[in-house]
Amino acid sequence: MNRAQAIELVYLFCAVCFIVALKGLSSPRSARTGNLIGAVGMIVAVGATFATPGLHRIALIVVALVIGTAVGVPAARAVKMTAIPQMVAAFNGVGGGAAALVSLAEFDRGHASFGTAAAVLFSTLIGAVSFTGSAITFLKLQELMTGRPVVLPRQRELNVGLAVTATAFIVWGLSDRSVTAAVLLALVAGVMGVLFVLPVGGADVPVVISLLNSFTGLAVAATGAVLRTTLLIVAGTLVGASGTLLTRMMSQAMGRPLSNTLFGALTATASTAAAVEDGGDRSVRTGTVDDVAVLLAYAQRVVVVPGYGLAVAQAQHTIRELADLLESRGVEVIYGIHPVAGRMPGHMNVLLAEANVPYEQLREMDDVNPQLPLTDVVLVVGANDVVNPAARDSPGSPIYGMPILNVDEARAVVFLKRSMRPGFAGIDNALLYDPKTTMLFGDAKDTLTALVAAVKTA
Amino acid sequence: MTETTLGLFTIFVLSVFVGFEVISKVSSVLHTPLMSGANAIHGVILIGSIIILGTGHGAAQITLGFIAVVLATINAVGGFVVTDRMLEMFKGRGRK
Repeated sequence: MNRAQAIELVYLFCAVCFIVALKGLSSPRSARTGNLIGAVGMIVAVGATFATPGLHRIALIVVALVIGTAVGVPAARAVKMTAIPQMVAAFNGVGGGAAALVSLAEFDRGHASFGTAAAVLFSTLIGAVSFTGSAITFLKLQELMTGRPVVLPRQRELNVGLAVTATAFIVWGLSDRSVTAAVLLALVAGVMGVLFVLPVGGADVPVVISLLNSFTGLAVAATGAVLRTTLLIVAGTLVGASGTLLTRMMSQAMGRPLSNTLFGALTATASTAAAVEDGGDRSVRTGTVDDVAVLLAYAQRVVVVPGYGLAVAQAQHTIRELADLLESRGVEVIYGIHPVAGRMPGHMNVLLAEANVPYEQLREMDDVNPQLPLTDVVLVVGANDVVNPAARDSPGSPIYGMPILNVDEARAVVFLKRSMRPGFAGIDNALLYDPKTTMLFGDAKDTLTALVAAVKTA
Repeated sequence: MTETTLGLFTIFVLSVFVGFEVISKVSSVLHTPLMSGANAIHGVILIGSIIILGTGHGAAQITLGFIAVVLATINAVGGFVVTDRMLEMFKGRGRK
């Protein structure tokens, strides 16, 4: 067995590590071990690559590795749990960019067969789309730009034009093996990535991250075909396939087909305004902290519906304190977690786990909904769209069809909100004006702290 | 189609099925960590980046390779660290 074959064997071991890692990540018990196995696979793979025959510039490679680590580790350590989605988007984008660069560099060496050229162009196209698309999702989630859908004037014509241009560059690159064509394709694809993500509304951005994640996987797999490295093909395809499946699961949690999520804004009609027609009796009942404290303290069952606002206010510890206090008074407290609460499916579970909320109290939407009619008080903290009855009742609403927590069936609803501003999806919520709804305005953490004090004396 | 190409294509098709199979049943609690973990795994492009930087010729290839290694390292290292941070919070409590 020569050295190249030995490296291939080690790569096979790494591929198995990645498969075991993904398998592990799909169960709470083994998730952390799974991730560690993946990391081990990565380290072994990098180590084996250093043994590649004819590998030069070792020092330069080490420098680049050190720079990457020096950027990546502090970023991953410092990021707040609320900002996880945009961090994942950023990591995904640089991966896609790397895939495109590797393909371009390999193409530059020449002697590409037709199949190799096709793989180069595919990976360049997808990698560049993933890079700029992820950059836009990052800007949207970081709120450096508007979270609302942005549609450029004549965007449909623009999209068609870009697609035609990209096809032309692909044909040119395939026939002439032209590196210039591949570079131009990367630039056009970059613009396509931007235009692809701009029309997606804030609440749907996580689905796009997942989709771009699987795109990057496919770009990596194509690069693997270019370099004839099986490990890249296996790992890239694994991520591509599982990412596609995950994207579909997320879309299902939102209750809409993927095409609607991605292209809804492009085909939208002016029906959005229809939801705000009942202009008559629109008064809002604002309660005091003491009223709500009494309501909570003498309830049998309280359901807490946490949303992104809770996370922004860093109030997850305070809500747990309130829940513990109520439980000590004999009130049953459970958390109703909407599948897309927070900014990503499962995001809210991560945040509440950080505050040591017992796992058994976290209930999924389907478990909670049947119990809501028997619930005395629902405490909605910084959530809005996931409890908006318009998703169930108003066919004209942009969120129509999204499964919601039917909190309007409970005996009383308390909203902790900063203002009357609509939620991430930008849609008005009729439940806020319901007679059984009480509003408590202000920062979620301050309000909850006041509630804790008031419940103690209630 | 050469024999190698055919072999690579076979690996590709089989990997698609493994990818689907391996995450077919996942609770929504784990969607975010799973996405993040998968994100770290495609950081394996680092291998390709190292090969390009180590075997490339000329300023263009070396520059592209260098940038690729930096970006891919951020992807891989950052991805695993951030996933671990997420999962750390699930540890030591009752599970289904």
